[in-house]
Amino acid sequence: MSSLPLVSTAAPGRFVPVAASARSMLILERLAAMPKLAGVTPASRLEVRASPQMVSSGIRELDALTGGLPRGCLTEICGPASSGRTSILLATLSAATQRQEICALVDISDAFNPRSAAAAGVNFEKMLWVRCGMRLQKSPQRHRVTENKIEKPVEQALQVTDLLLQSGGFGLVIIDLGDTPLKMARRIPLTSWFRFQRAIEHTATVLFVISQAPCARTCASLLLKVSGKKLSAFSSQLSAETSPTHAQFLDGLQVQGELLRSRLERKPAGSVATAFATKVG
Amino acid sequence: MRQYFACIFVPDFPVEALLRAEPELRSQSLATLEGKTPLQKVFAVNENARRAGVSPGMTKLQIEACSNIVLRERSLLQEAAAHAALLDCAQSFSPRVEATGCNTIVLDLAGLQPLFGPLPKIARALARRASDLGLETSVAVAGNPDTATLAARGFSGITVIPEGKEANQLGSLPVEVLFENSTQESARLLETFSRWGIRKLRDLAALPNVALSERLGQDGVRLQALARGATSRTLVPVEPRLIFEETIELEYPLVLLEPLAFLLGRLLEQLCARLEARALATQELRLCLELDNNNGATGAPAHPGRQSFHRTLRLPIPLLDSRTFLKLLQLDLKAHPPGAPIVMIQLAAEPVRPRSAQNGLFLPPAPEPEKLELTLARIAGIVGEDKVGSLRLLDTHRPEGFRMQHFAPEPCSPQSHPSTALRAGSDTEKNNSTLLFPISSLSSSVSLCLCGDDLVTALRIFRPSVDVVVTIQDGKPTHITCLRNKAMQGEILWAAGPWRSSGDWWEKEGWAREEWDIAVQAETGIALFRLVRDRLDGRWFLEGTYD
Repeated sequence: MSSLPLVSTAAPGRFVPVAASARSMLILERLAAMPKLAGVTPASRLEVRASPQMVSSGIRELDALTGGLPRGCLTEICGPASSGRTSILLATLSAATQRQEICALVDISDAFNPRSAAAAGVNFEKMLWVRCGMRLQKSPQRHRVTENKIEKPVEQALQVTDLLLQSGGFGLVIIDLGDTPLKMARRIPLTSWFRFQRAIEHTATVLFVISQAPCARTCASLLLKVSGKKLSAFSSQLSAETSPTHAQFLDGLQVQGELLRSRLERKPAGSVATAFATKVG
Repeated sequence: MRQYFACIFVPDFPVEALLRAEPELRSQSLATLEGKTPLQKVFAVNENARRAGVSPGMTKLQIEACSNIVLRERSLLQEAAAHAALLDCAQSFSPRVEATGCNTIVLDLAGLQPLFGPLPKIARALARRASDLGLETSVAVAGNPDTATLAARGFSGITVIPEGKEANQLGSLPVEVLFENSTQESARLLETFSRWGIRKLRDLAALPNVALSERLGQDGVRLQALARGATSRTLVPVEPRLIFEETIELEYPLVLLEPLAFLLGRLLEQLCARLEARALATQELRLCLELDNNNGATGAPAHPGRQSFHRTLRLPIPLLDSRTFLKLLQLDLKAHPPGAPIVMIQLAAEPVRPRSAQNGLFLPPAPEPEKLELTLARIAGIVGEDKVGSLRLLDTHRPEGFRMQHFAPEPCSPQSHPSTALRAGSDTEKNNSTLLFPISSLSSSVSLCLCGDDLVTALRIFRPSVDVVVTIQDGKPTHITCLRNKAMQGEILWAAGPWRSSGDWWEKEGWAREEWDIAVQAETGIALFRLVRDRLDGRWFLEGTYD
């Protein structure tokens, strides 16, 4: 290796420091010549990761808030019961199946309602439904089919999701943790989420998770919190105690969405909110 | 243009049929035995065994003195499969194929030269295709079927006999080649030839025609014409039925699935090679295992004899990948084990035309069919067969009115894809889809969005339903108590209903119910439930929650 002087010698026995810019140049040249650093790309030359392709969630207000759902990323929507998570799930599923994409729903608590999905416009031919948690077993004594609850539906769901993502080709993979107790959902190791996120990176798959509270943590590129807004659909009737119940109808839900995290933009997501309404199909 | 015929001949056919299933024995001395146990005799041997001094007709005791001889029972089922494979090999080149013998196939080469090249190249291609199917063959090409057959029997490897050189080429062959099977008549003729000093076909061809006829009759004349390569006959083509079956009869019962998978892999490779030779694929695999009940795990021979175990693998699309088939069969057998030692494996494939799909640059991604089938089988192993698939709604108002079915998505056609429709400028507003906003700087893609008005409130179903105790005041529910889940109980803030429905009252599974939509104050806020009363048994339960 050629040695580059960091000082210049004007005369024998007298050292004169070189100019600062020349010195830094010399240092850079020397560092660049070192074999250990030959393959290292300076941070200034690193390429900016391309923005993921965005697809519609099926809800105009949500798309305006988030810019759509990013492909090759994990999107998480959390909220309590009756907050509109499943309605968003169905709208997303409907939009994806109408784009002719193959979708998969990993239903941990077996809570999917086909009638609601049909009303939302989901194309069932394009949707794979995996129902975790329960398994039909034949009782040897009575020759009767009985349902036995599987103790670890979350583990089943993680295995199934792994298989689906490794198989590839799905446009949308949904994990429904909506009814899974928070304690169990938070037990899902971060490594699993990280593995899922790595599996869909550079693919066209949207990984979509609904849960009661954020559980994918830093692996979620998009985190949206939804809550049931004031239930105006029937709140006006709450006071009308005298009105007969058969004269009342559940019109729908008022859903409020709050963007908690988005890694798709450089600026912090902050707390941007939107609201939309659903109606009973 | 002169017509040519090719003959594919399998020397030591019974041995070759066994070697298809056990190719690792090819380098060893192998003899097949025929007959019942005390009187078993050698029926056929391979070249190594012949060099070791074993010949057909020897008894089992005689050859047990020779070391390193592998003995196998003759398998007629495997010979039938090998013959079918030989026919497939010939049919993949020409439609005019004659099954001259179980080990000899003659095919018409008319019109093949522009397709496959000159005659030696066709002969080599035939031998290669047969080798792919697990059979070592001799291939000969000549101007008439009989000459081609004699050359294939007499010369190993590839032989091409040009026009007019038949007598010269065949002359060096021994006269025994004229007789395929050793019968009494053939033994008499061979003895006569031996007494006359005729060893080679050229000696027979040189005999005077009339004198030979006087001594041996028309048989002699026919044999001399064969020796001269001067016969002329019409090919009798066969049209074999498309049956793709492979069988292995096991020496010892198999107990574990791992060695079974090893054998299944071989059978599947052979089946796929045969299907490929016919440019076909399969959509249904039928596995039949013969089980040995006497060696059952229970010990006592409850049902002496053999019992069959059948499994059928139906695929949504035609496939031709032996690895995929093997994995699917493994997963299926893991879920449904045979339950007794296996003594015979039979695998059959239902032939169908292969799938042809037109891909498009702008079509959405879809899983590869082979991978998808494997994934579905693996998922079925985790959650159960009836818990994975696509669903089909039934024409009923009954709750849970749907049926699970195998997931087999139709391939997306360019016409049906919305992005294509947008480019084509037709049906842009189809399915209530409207062109959405540009997604600012994040992406330049174009998205479709449903109108916000179409957003449907989803109902999450509780499976099984949650029983509750309901307090009724003035005919409407005012409070629910759930013993199973405290989050599902409390005062009812709002209720709408009842909506009554019933159905199937003319059947045993009739149903009648009364539905309420209720709002309950929960810890996390107001929760909306669907409360149902079964009008037949009076039971109250929560069917689901609106979310």
